[in-house]
Amino acid sequence: MTVGAVDVAVVGAGVVGAAVARRLGRARLRVALLEAGPDVGAGTSKANTAILHTGFDATPGTAESRLVARGHALLSAYAAQAGIPVERTGALLVAWTEEQHALLPALAQQATANGYERCDIVDAAELYRREPHLGPGAVGALSVPDESLVCPWTTPLAYATEAVANGVALHRSCPVTGAERAGNHWLLATPRGGLRCHWVVNAAGLRADDVERCLGHEGFTVTPRRGQLIVFDKLARPLVRHILLPVPTARSKGVLVSPTVFGNVLLGPTAEDLDDKTETASTEDGIFGLLEHGRRIVPALLDEEVTAVYAGLRAATEQADYRLAFRPDERTMCLGGIRSTGLTSSLALAEWVAGELAATGVDVDERPDAVGVRMPNLGDEAPRPYLDADRIAADPEYGRIVCHCERVTAAEIRDACESPVPPADLDGLRRRTRALMGRCQGFYCTAEVVERFARHTGRTAPQVLGLTP
Amino acid sequence: MIPGSVEEVEALVVGGGPAGLAAATALARAGVRPVVVDREPELGGIPRHTDHPGYGMREFHRIMRGPAYARACVGRAERAGADLRGATTVTGWADSDGDTTGRAVTTTSPGGIGVIRARAVLLATGTRERPRTARLVPGTRPAGLLTTGALQQLVALGNETIGRRAVVVGAEHVSFSAVLTLRHAGCLVAAMVTDERRHQSYAALRLAATWGRVPVLTRSVITAITGRKRVEAVELTGLDTGGTQRLECDTVVFTGDWFPDHELARRGGLVIDPGTRAPRVDAGYRASAPGVFAAGNLLHGAETAGVCARDGDWVVAAMLDWLRADARWPAADGVPVECLPPLRWVSPNAVAPGAAVPHGRFLLRSSAFARRPRITVDQAERTLWSERLRRTVPTMPVHLRAGWLDRIDPNGGAVHVSVETSS
Repeated sequence: MTVGAVDVAVVGAGVVGAAVARRLGRARLRVALLEAGPDVGAGTSKANTAILHTGFDATPGTAESRLVARGHALLSAYAAQAGIPVERTGALLVAWTEEQHALLPALAQQATANGYERCDIVDAAELYRREPHLGPGAVGALSVPDESLVCPWTTPLAYATEAVANGVALHRSCPVTGAERAGNHWLLATPRGGLRCHWVVNAAGLRADDVERCLGHEGFTVTPRRGQLIVFDKLARPLVRHILLPVPTARSKGVLVSPTVFGNVLLGPTAEDLDDKTETASTEDGIFGLLEHGRRIVPALLDEEVTAVYAGLRAATEQADYRLAFRPDERTMCLGGIRSTGLTSSLALAEWVAGELAATGVDVDERPDAVGVRMPNLGDEAPRPYLDADRIAADPEYGRIVCHCERVTAAEIRDACESPVPPADLDGLRRRTRALMGRCQGFYCTAEVVERFARHTGRTAPQVLGLTP
Repeated sequence: MIPGSVEEVEALVVGGGPAGLAAATALARAGVRPVVVDREPELGGIPRHTDHPGYGMREFHRIMRGPAYARACVGRAERAGADLRGATTVTGWADSDGDTTGRAVTTTSPGGIGVIRARAVLLATGTRERPRTARLVPGTRPAGLLTTGALQQLVALGNETIGRRAVVVGAEHVSFSAVLTLRHAGCLVAAMVTDERRHQSYAALRLAATWGRVPVLTRSVITAITGRKRVEAVELTGLDTGGTQRLECDTVVFTGDWFPDHELARRGGLVIDPGTRAPRVDAGYRASAPGVFAAGNLLHGAETAGVCARDGDWVVAAMLDWLRADARWPAADGVPVECLPPLRWVSPNAVAPGAAVPHGRFLLRSSAFARRPRITVDQAERTLWSERLRRTVPTMPVHLRAGWLDRIDPNGGAVHVSVETSS
């Protein structure tokens, strides 16, 4: 049994792997995108702070600095075209002590060294004018006007959907368990059989070190760094206008308060180094520690209801910078060690991959018939279907709201189920539509949403809910 | 987004549960033809899914099950002449500046987007149970975590495969209702867990639901949920002992811990009472904005359907007053009524001297068990009222008589209700 033969196999359908598959799929190349998990963007990519970074605070001269800056421009443009929600709120990096305040000029210089020139130091009065609900005691801030919010779920889905539309073979629940060199080819072992390919791109995130070992390299070890996050009710959104960053320390970017493109407010993340690459549980210390930060940053936030608590794992390695390797003689490349900035840099990483391949003589020019995609809008800034009179007139199911907190319509659930990359499970439906992700967490609509999803997938409601096999 | 046509109505009721339907029935009987919108395709509210008896004695003089009661409320409102519209969501307010003739809302339904302007708007949007996330319960996020609401709907739709062994969080009325539903679905209940020192329901209901076989673990909270795909266990921590124990289960049902569905109220800029988290209302159930009223479990989660229906009846008097007379909006004159801990809230929570409160009494909620506690009502160091209650039980209603309303000083500041629980 074989999965087939392709020019390039991309291992990992997180935001980085999906971006690579999208780019190469637009060329005259046969591409396979292999994902160990049940869905695109369902690992590290799904649980992060969802910020489109400028790279102002990167370490100058690193690959991360260069790729984040480039990725910010590329994803900003792509998002507009593909309908990925982006909101340019800007960030305020808040100094809470005189010591922190004294660091702001150096941070502004660092931004310049990273090629970002629009930082600006604001005094306390201006800071409170811009952010009236900020807790007392702030002494000033560094303003970073181009830091933006982006939808972390639509982005990898848009890449994967476009890749599939251009002929990329997407294999989900298809982990790579081994690799061997066979003449001019690689033969990748998967539970579904072997895949022959000329090139292997390792974008396996938390498993990138395992995949490297399969490819014969002992380059690095991924240590999962857990980030717990708290999502506040949409009624909290007026409390926060910008991404509110702390002054970073050597260890971590610290705890931030940020709006989301969905109209919620996010508090987090923690930074905890773990051994277990599947440990995405939240903890009492994590949650209550974050709330203490939140109480100081925006005290009124604590009066609002919490809609969700989640934890993501960042793929940290022994070095802070990305682990990029291009090995033309072995025909492998590695995009590893990418932590929270991968969402921003994804398209720049794909561009880098294409550029390196082109340098070895691979034809990566885009086909004239390559198509783009337009994704359903999950964001709060552009009108959602329930507010679109023309759309409802054309199809009344866009006026039938079934998830009330998030105002998800029956048509959107149907569309997701019939899309080229349909959800494999209820979490996948959540990420595509936001159904069940609101303040009631399914108190009202679980049965209705699940029944609809079950009908589309030929399963029963308890199966969809994971209550029966 | 707003189309050219605005539908003008006298009265709009948002939410077609027991309170909204009772109000609609009474409005229609009084000659005002209200429009009732509900976001669900079928009106009737929460009782549609609570398939057990205990409904209807007050309104229909017989004991009914929830779904039959819901249908009866809908039928009664329809026959009275109310204009009932399901699958219609109020998505926000559409007031233009300086509009004093009424309040306008935007709606979405399969029929399209609309604007309804009403001279009187009644918010009867109900209450929901706090889900696991809002209760900040740490741990994994496996399958098998439900609220009573989700559980009852799944079972009502014929899905009887819920789990094999459940833990029920909460020990109030609705928690025992969840136990009954789980039993009906063939799921064993391993334990009920409450942070209080005893359950908060009637002994008879507890016995009926659990046959006396389900332990109620008191003064305990869940401090972790474990299991990757499916719930495997919960970790319980004793609040007094600090000790932890592991309880194996594949299902956890989070019950009670009601929170008002107040989105529309808050987006409309209504004054929100810090205790109920619902719109502050006066004795006529007027909210802080002219022409806006509130009733039902939006104001007091979660009372019975009968109490909500009585709210619906009550609010109609003030609505008719407002519609008929060119009345001034009196709520601005109200003095806030505030609770001191361990009291959690009081409803209504704004009063004017001599006002008539519903049935001559306030609804109170305490967070403490007490026998024969003394309740005191003060305004600026002046005691207006003092009485002994029989008892207070967390999550259960207590009534405070309203014999002190004529003693209020309208300019005397907030009235404080406190309880002395020494006995």
